Amino acid sequence: MILGIDLAAIWAFVIAFAVFAYVVMDGFDLGIGMLFPFFPARRDRDVMMNSVAPVWDGNETWLVLGGGGLLAAFPLAYAVLFPALYAPLTVMLLALVFRGVAFEFRWRTERAKPYWDFSFAAGSFLAAFAQGVALGAILQGVAVEDRHYAGGWWDWLTGFSLLTGAAVVVGFGLLGATWLVTKTTGALQTRAYRFAGWGAALTLAAIFAVSLATPFLDAEYWRRWLQWPHILFTAPVPIAVAVVALRLFDGLRKRREYEPFFLSLALFALSYAGLGISFWPYIVPGEITIWEAAAPESSQLFMLVGVVVMVPLILAYTAHAYWVFRGKVDPDAGYH
Amino acid sequence: MIPEVTDALLLARVQFAFTIAFHIIFPAFTIGLASYLAVLEALWLRTRREVFLDLFKYWLKIFAITFGMGVVSGVVMAYQFGTNWSVFSDKTGPVLGPLMAYEVLTAFFLEAGFLGVMLFGMNRVGKGLHFFATLMVAIGTFVSAFWILSVNSWMQTPTGYAINADGQFVPADWIEVIFNPSFPYRLVHMVLAAYLTTALVVGAVGALHLLRDNRDEASGIMFSMAMWMATLVAPLQVLAGDLHGLNTLEHQPAKVMAMEGHFRSYPDGAPLYLLGIPDEAAGVLRYPLAIPGGSSLILKHDPSAPLAGLDSIPREDWPPVAIVFWSFRIMVGMGILMLLLGAVSLVARLRGRLYRAPLLHRFALLMGPAGFVAVLAGWVTTEVGRQPFTVYGLLRTAESVSPLGTPAVAASLVAFVIVYFIVFSAGTFYILRLMRRPPQPHEPGPKEGAPTRAAGITPAAAIASGRTLEPGEGRP
Repeated sequence: MILGIDLAAIWAFVIAFAVFAYVVMDGFDLGIGMLFPFFPARRDRDVMMNSVAPVWDGNETWLVLGGGGLLAAFPLAYAVLFPALYAPLTVMLLALVFRGVAFEFRWRTERAKPYWDFSFAAGSFLAAFAQGVALGAILQGVAVEDRHYAGGWWDWLTGFSLLTGAAVVVGFGLLGATWLVTKTTGALQTRAYRFAGWGAALTLAAIFAVSLATPFLDAEYWRRWLQWPHILFTAPVPIAVAVVALRLFDGLRKRREYEPFFLSLALFALSYAGLGISFWPYIVPGEITIWEAAAPESSQLFMLVGVVVMVPLILAYTAHAYWVFRGKVDPDAGYH
Repeated sequence: MIPEVTDALLLARVQFAFTIAFHIIFPAFTIGLASYLAVLEALWLRTRREVFLDLFKYWLKIFAITFGMGVVSGVVMAYQFGTNWSVFSDKTGPVLGPLMAYEVLTAFFLEAGFLGVMLFGMNRVGKGLHFFATLMVAIGTFVSAFWILSVNSWMQTPTGYAINADGQFVPADWIEVIFNPSFPYRLVHMVLAAYLTTALVVGAVGALHLLRDNRDEASGIMFSMAMWMATLVAPLQVLAGDLHGLNTLEHQPAKVMAMEGHFRSYPDGAPLYLLGIPDEAAGVLRYPLAIPGGSSLILKHDPSAPLAGLDSIPREDWPPVAIVFWSFRIMVGMGILMLLLGAVSLVARLRGRLYRAPLLHRFALLMGPAGFVAVLAGWVTTEVGRQPFTVYGLLRTAESVSPLGTPAVAASLVAFVIVYFIVFSAGTFYILRLMRRPPQPHEPGPKEGAPTRAAGITPAAAIASGRTLEPGEGRP
């Protein structure tokens, strides 16, 4: 420790922040992709894609920061987790290729447009599903031996990881639908409200199911969530989820335009806090703590300077980009 | 002990080579193109001539597609270190991870944050702010090159590190890590390569349309600008390459031996082998075409200076000689052709025939892909030449790989190959289709008119792209 500062803990929060920023920002644009099959009209799809086209690249950069930051701050965790998640990560990367290029390719062809629409939708769905599966796979634990991943390449596949995969899919779908509500008007917005309602119901069901399953994965999770006196600290999380959920349904029913999107984000924030309670202080559950995985302090300090200087700047110009493209997408004016 | 070469290792290497070779094509183009776009926009703002805005929007659409492909193939790289090279990641993460994190923080976010404004914001922000966005994207591509080339150079010439109890490389001096001995040379060589690559593509597109109509103003402007780059930068690149080679000789002699085909040592001056067939098993270069003393002259500035060969190095430390030998010759060959193009175009320019020289235009058209070929060949030379190490002299490639079974790596390799061929072939096709059409007066931007006008029947984009020139339109 330098000056009594726990750099590893700070870095755990930085990585957690990057991953959450990714979920907040890329979640809704993956969600937009997943909603494509339910909006077959070309005009609707144009609006949907244009609602995220100017910002998707910046959104995805948080994923690179999460991965790159993990390598830099916790190289051992990066080296153990990524081989353990080999198949889901490969699927995620390929899915992101398909959906990322669709943003440009779709406008460059008439004949193949349906294929790129499909590639956008399927890529978004698979990327979200793979991210959820990866989360579940980490949560259920991976085998470690002598600084290596020691399991097989199908270990990640369990009922639990499929459940978390589905949970992330419906959650991002909710974010996409509530985002669409903020960016559209008229008939398209009405349909977006309807999908947001379904998304909210499914997301809550998924949160409930994952929360119910988690304590049974490992005695440690059980102890942490349900044993006295821990429950005093963990109980507010599900209570807050219930409060937010009620407000979300109310907002959707009363057709408040912006509230549902932010309440959906609040649901994600609470679920994320719940994950934090389950994980801390492990980075590979039950095997490697953040201190064991930490890079030397000279590495973490060198990077922390960059984070402290750059992240506020990044947030500022990202906010500016969102501000430039604020308001409803005009289906007739194009994006200029 | 030399670790055994397994199928999984070989497949992981093939996968890395495949994905990084595909990836580098896009940045090699976008680094130069982003700067070119900034120059075009600056010229438009200064002169107010519409033709510069038309050129800007023309290349902006091509930039958008290329950049998109660069992003998605780049995300793959950020994760592949962990999935396929986990031991390498664990051991080098404390040194290389922060450099890559700085790349994300100072470059990727900058590019991505301003790309939206650059592509779609022309009518939403003022002209000054839009130009600022273009500049930020251009600077972002350069900063990205800075960090990632520092990472690669450290793997070639590691300095400023210590090794801890877990066998990890840990930073001892960040300045020495970042500005390691081969970094300045590699950075200059690669950035010049990117500028040349872009110039050759722009020149080829200009040439194509001049061949059809040599009075087209926009095509003439881009051809002239591109040929200036070839004339000025190609000789600079030869100089930079020569200095880079001398640096490699100092720090990675085995790589230079493979490049030169020097299987044995030459105490009285080494010949320059122009061609030959390397026979690694026998350790000789067959059918050599040599200039006596040439290699010593280039590398030591003295034709009779002694040069050590691969016989001075243990076999298990040899790089694959034939690959390095040939890729180096392909790169140099492309460089000579670029020099020639720069010289020929200068002569045509001085004689006032730059726009009326069909043979020159054909040559420039053929040279369109030469930059990509040279960049790929150059990277093959330096990366294969670093083998059998990932961190030169310290960490073997065979000791860097993830503990994965062959089926996992084989399956992912097949998936990457299929997906990349589908996706990037389509992207290349769309780019070529955009290039086939000359820039138009009032060139539309990336998505202008793309959303439908009424009820989704009129495909405005197709009309715009299929639009033909009226007689006399588009001429100065």
